[in-house]
Amino acid sequence: MSRQPLAGWGRTSPSTADVRAVGSTDDVARQVAGHVADRVPGAGRGVLARGLGRSYGDAAQNGGGVVLDMTGLAEVHAVDPGTRLVDVDAGVSLERLIDVLLPRGLWVPVLPGTRQVTVGGAIAADVHGKNHHVHGSFGDHVTSMELVLADGSVRTLRRGTTDPEEAALRRATVGGMGLTGVVTRATIECRRVATSSMVVDTERAGDLDELLAVLATDEDRYPYSVAWFDAVATGGAAGRAVITRGRHAERDELPAASRARPLAYTPGVRAAVPDAVPPGVLNRATARAFNALYYRAAPRRRRTEVQDLTTFFHPLDAITSWNRLYGPRGMVQYQLVVPLGAEDVVRRVVADVAASGHVSCLNVLKRFGPGNDSPLSFPTEGWTLAVDLPVRAGLGHLLRGLDEQVLDAGGRLYLAKDSRADSATLRRMYPRLDEFRATRRRVDPDGVFVSDLARRLEL
Amino acid sequence: MTDAVGDPRSLLLMGGTSEIALAIAERYARRVPGLHVTLAARPSQRRAEAAGLLSSLGCTVAELDLDAEAPETHAAVVEAATADRDVDVAVVAYGLLGDPEEAWTDVDAGVRLARVNYVGPVATGIALADRVRRQGHGTVVALSSVAGERPRRSNFVYGSTKAGFDAFYTGLGEALREHGGRVVVVRPGFVHSRMTAGLDPAPLAVRPEDVAQAVVAAVDGSAEQVWVPAAMRPVMSVLRHVPRRVFRRLPL
Ligand SMILES: Cc1cc2nc3c(=O)[nH]c(=O)nc-3n(C[C@H](O)[C@H](O)[C@H](O)COP(=O)(O)OP(=O)(O)OC[C@H]3O[C@@H](n4cnc5c(N)ncnc54)[C@H](O)[C@@H]3O)c2cc1C
Repeated sequence: MSRQPLAGWGRTSPSTADVRAVGSTDDVARQVAGHVADRVPGAGRGVLARGLGRSYGDAAQNGGGVVLDMTGLAEVHAVDPGTRLVDVDAGVSLERLIDVLLPRGLWVPVLPGTRQVTVGGAIAADVHGKNHHVHGSFGDHVTSMELVLADGSVRTLRRGTTDPEEAALRRATVGGMGLTGVVTRATIECRRVATSSMVVDTERAGDLDELLAVLATDEDRYPYSVAWFDAVATGGAAGRAVITRGRHAERDELPAASRARPLAYTPGVRAAVPDAVPPGVLNRATARAFNALYYRAAPRRRRTEVQDLTTFFHPLDAITSWNRLYGPRGMVQYQLVVPLGAEDVVRRVVADVAASGHVSCLNVLKRFGPGNDSPLSFPTEGWTLAVDLPVRAGLGHLLRGLDEQVLDAGGRLYLAKDSRADSATLRRMYPRLDEFRATRRRVDPDGVFVSDLARRLEL
Repeated sequence: MTDAVGDPRSLLLMGGTSEIALAIAERYARRVPGLHVTLAARPSQRRAEAAGLLSSLGCTVAELDLDAEAPETHAAVVEAATADRDVDVAVVAYGLLGDPEEAWTDVDAGVRLARVNYVGPVATGIALADRVRRQGHGTVVALSSVAGERPRRSNFVYGSTKAGFDAFYTGLGEALREHGGRVVVVRPGFVHSRMTAGLDPAPLAVRPEDVAQAVVAAVDGSAEQVWVPAAMRPVMSVLRHVPRRVFRRLPL
């Protein structure tokens, strides 16, 4: 037993848990079943799987309980370039998966803004990437997964199953934040790519209206699309943005020198942010400068530039522990989605953040395509917007105001990023929460699987 | 759990009619919609009024009976307060000032002061610590006093109880660290309140709201000890080292 403080990527509300390493599905089953057996009535604090801890809030924490560290369960069992199916353990990271797949001309179907996430975490949060509007979210590409239930039994959940109970459990597990059980292994349907490069169009938008207009028109021409916007500038420059959109490059689009090894890929050198960053490094002045520089550094318009993977997908992965920059109180990432037609809410949120005096640098706007049938899956058709805010006095008040606007528009917040919403608000954001709860009660009547997030939001 | 922006979901006041404790609750109530507050105190009109005020601010309020003089009952009170929920922030606020002359000349009076101000808080602290260990998080706010930093002739029995209280909770903070818990020891100077009504205010006197503001700021940040007002810290630092012959003559 090793008692350890655990926090999310935002480093905000740590709690201490008994962290246990697991190395096999049997191990997981034993830990879970054993936990049920020695549970003292009323004192049980449950069990939770944790991947690489890249969720921002308290999703991968279980204060006082058991946390299973899944990163040791990390074997790649089979890769079949013919069927494009890959069979892996849940603790395998997407970074590792890229390494394994790319030389065989295969590509991870959905990649979030960092590669440092596990397959289990990607399923549990039903993560989305820049290609959501055409390819959906991670769960859509999982053809089969193995789930350890609260009694220690192991179930296989297949995509497209005709068994209604299996289908309901699969729906609840995708996006279910680890609360239905522990995913130990999964088969993922990959995409085929000819090269490791991207062909990218970059353009700037002078303000938010222009940004929304660009993203509303051309989207279907690009499988990958995302925009960064300025969340500090006010007035005419409010919401000015850099839009990057692209697709995988074909071999003949590469510079001649690269054509011999079209799938070559070097994941970039890592620099680290030191442990002790003085508070206040990120303040209004530095954030304003960052936002302005980022905007000005981008080309006004550049077409069909060939970029490597890291530059396009994961520029932040080149710096480890960049979250330390946010100082001792950590940061909140606020990510919302509102339906198409609610552009006014997007405008108001951007204006409110800029006017609040709270500063954000990593600001993302993207259009989602239609969502899937998982009750807690975050993406729904519409506009998703994310801002990263260092915690300072008054932040709670600002975000509660934004919650109201999101609710009024029929939108929601992303559980993998949330660290402060209240249960009443969340319930209204996820109208199918009761369906999720019913499935959870059926497979885990004693509430063995639980997290700090689940306790806070009464999931 | 106290969330990313520092908002607790549940607050437990041990000594729930203390003016400082209520000022802390009111501050949080105005900030956190739907906050759950447990008032553990002797049943009284004051407790009912406090519950009414907090409800009107949107809190859900539970009232529990607490007898500060019966330490053996405190564990059950903490247990009842946390049966359905974690405790995010607990405030140990009960205490007695007593009559300082009686306190060192009358055994019953002196022992009573020691019981309420030290023995009770030890029992409360152990019960809270047990809960914090089991839930893996939680903040205990312990209302100490500058009187414990250097006992004075004028109220040394009270001072001695607070010295013990302060040492206990300071140590408890160290012990709970590896369990995800935190203890904030609060050392106010003279606080205008019922407890001190009729006494001559000392220099740097503050109001309960001032203490509440300092406490909430400390819980938001990472402080483990806080003096109110902040100027009390250097003042006490000097006073602790003043030679006894001089200290004796100071008008404190
Ligand atoms: C820089 C950065 C950028 C990001 N960008 C995006 C983005 O673009 N799109 C997006 O969707 N997300 C994004 N995220 C969020 C991240 O993708 C998700 O939080 C993801 O779940 C993290 O995976 P993890 O392995 O670190 O899981 P953890 O954070 O460890 O856990 C997350 C949840 O998954 C559960 N879980 C983990 N493993 C298992 C398992 N084996 N079985 C059952 N449940 C399990 C945990 O219980 C927890 O509820 C980003 C995060 C960062 C830090």
